[in-house]
Amino acid sequence: MGIEGMVNPPVIDFPREASCFDIAGLSLAYGDTPALEGLTLRVPRHRVTAFIGPSGCGKSTLLRALNRLHDLDETVTQRGTIRFEGQDIHAPEVAVDELRRQVGMVFQMPNPFPMSIYDNVAFGLRLQGGLTRRQRDDVVEWALGAAALWDEVKDRLGDSAWSLSGGQQQRLVIARTLAVKPSVLLLDEPASALDPISTLKIEDLIRSLKGQLTLVLVTHNMQQAARVSDYTAFLQQGRLVEYAPTDTLFTNPRLAHTENYITGRIA
Amino acid sequence: MDITSETHSQHISRQFNQELEELKTHLMTMGGLVEQQVQQAIQALLDGDSRLAEEVSEGDHQVNEMQLKIDDECTRVLARRQPAASDLRLVLAVIRATADLERIGDEASKIARNALTLIESGNGVRGLVEVRHISEHVRKMLRDALTAFARFDTELALQVVHEDDAVDDEYGSAMRSLMTFMMEDSRAIGPVLSVMWILRALERVGDHADNLAEYVIYLVKGLDIRHMDPDQLDESALKRKG
Repeated sequence: MGIEGMVNPPVIDFPREASCFDIAGLSLAYGDTPALEGLTLRVPRHRVTAFIGPSGCGKSTLLRALNRLHDLDETVTQRGTIRFEGQDIHAPEVAVDELRRQVGMVFQMPNPFPMSIYDNVAFGLRLQGGLTRRQRDDVVEWALGAAALWDEVKDRLGDSAWSLSGGQQQRLVIARTLAVKPSVLLLDEPASALDPISTLKIEDLIRSLKGQLTLVLVTHNMQQAARVSDYTAFLQQGRLVEYAPTDTLFTNPRLAHTENYITGRIA
Repeated sequence: MDITSETHSQHISRQFNQELEELKTHLMTMGGLVEQQVQQAIQALLDGDSRLAEEVSEGDHQVNEMQLKIDDECTRVLARRQPAASDLRLVLAVIRATADLERIGDEASKIARNALTLIESGNGVRGLVEVRHISEHVRKMLRDALTAFARFDTELALQVVHEDDAVDDEYGSAMRSLMTFMMEDSRAIGPVLSVMWILRALERVGDHADNLAEYVIYLVKGLDIRHMDPDQLDESALKRKG
């Protein structure tokens, strides 16, 4: 098999859909080590887009770039542009805290704060201020409901968040993110630390949210990408190799590199 | 991307390679058996060999058993491996192919049963020239379809798809000439009807071979050409998709 994915431009079978993120010529390096090289792709609005690829391919780096999580890492150098709803996210007038409110992030290990279930979800709301207690209660209930957790915790909102199971903690973290009404949810291996049942609940949640939110998922679980995403981008060594509707990518990929990866032929 | 007959043996998991390899081997074994059933059914008719006709008729259960066995293996691969891309297409193509091979087996025993009726009636039979001609054509289609499957040869598969139209034409004209035999001599109606059933079965075998060829194109190119007009299929359309 050839190495077309590595030397040729990527194969992009992109939909005619409104885009949420427009990434153009994005290169990123940690010190001297390049992590992303000349990445150009669009993330469609109100869809689930999955980034897949072998370890070290740059998929998490790309995800983190979308809400400027690399800002604090001084070793990182970055070129190219990322537009979020048309706005360059590195433009001086963009406030990073507002960007991160709109572009929420959920990590691999559930990271609830050491406080009650209620206070976890209310945390961002309190930071923002401006809500009466009653209004805040309503938003907390809505967010826990949207994260499919309300029924399980409604009688114990005062309990410590750490009393929840791993799967519940992850849904709590999603509720905390949803409470500040983001328009994008970035998910970095959101289910890889969870048991199969919790994983299915998270996947259901991802599907139920896509009507209102743009979701971007990084996963090394290809079946998961196949199950939940509408579009899948395959990255390798910091480059985009193939980007297509998930149904196409998993039944008939265009490039040998993609085929090899998703069918388990890369040693 | 286009795949080759080597593609399915390049997984990291050697066990998986072996499972897919076995699917292909077993499908080919079933194909060989079915091919033989058709060939012997026709031979029984042409030679007036009633014992051979009975053997074919009785041999059908073996074909059925192979279908169940291979489908079972496919189910296991789907459940345990969740195959994707060309692996998934291989499993789907094999499942579909076993269904068609099983139906070809049914047609072979239909031919054998009608041959038996003709042999036992002891009368001279008209229309055997047509049977011989169409059977040779159809058997070549079946052989080519199986070869195309074994070699992942889409060009050969495409030839089979085009051949099917020719067989349909030959079938139509054979039916017309058999019809005139019946009109000439009403005593011939019974035996000629048996010959018509046999021709009908052969024509169906051609259709199933055509299906097999279509699965090869799906398997290799990821392009589903079922229900497409063969005249509209050309190499360039296939190449574009690949």
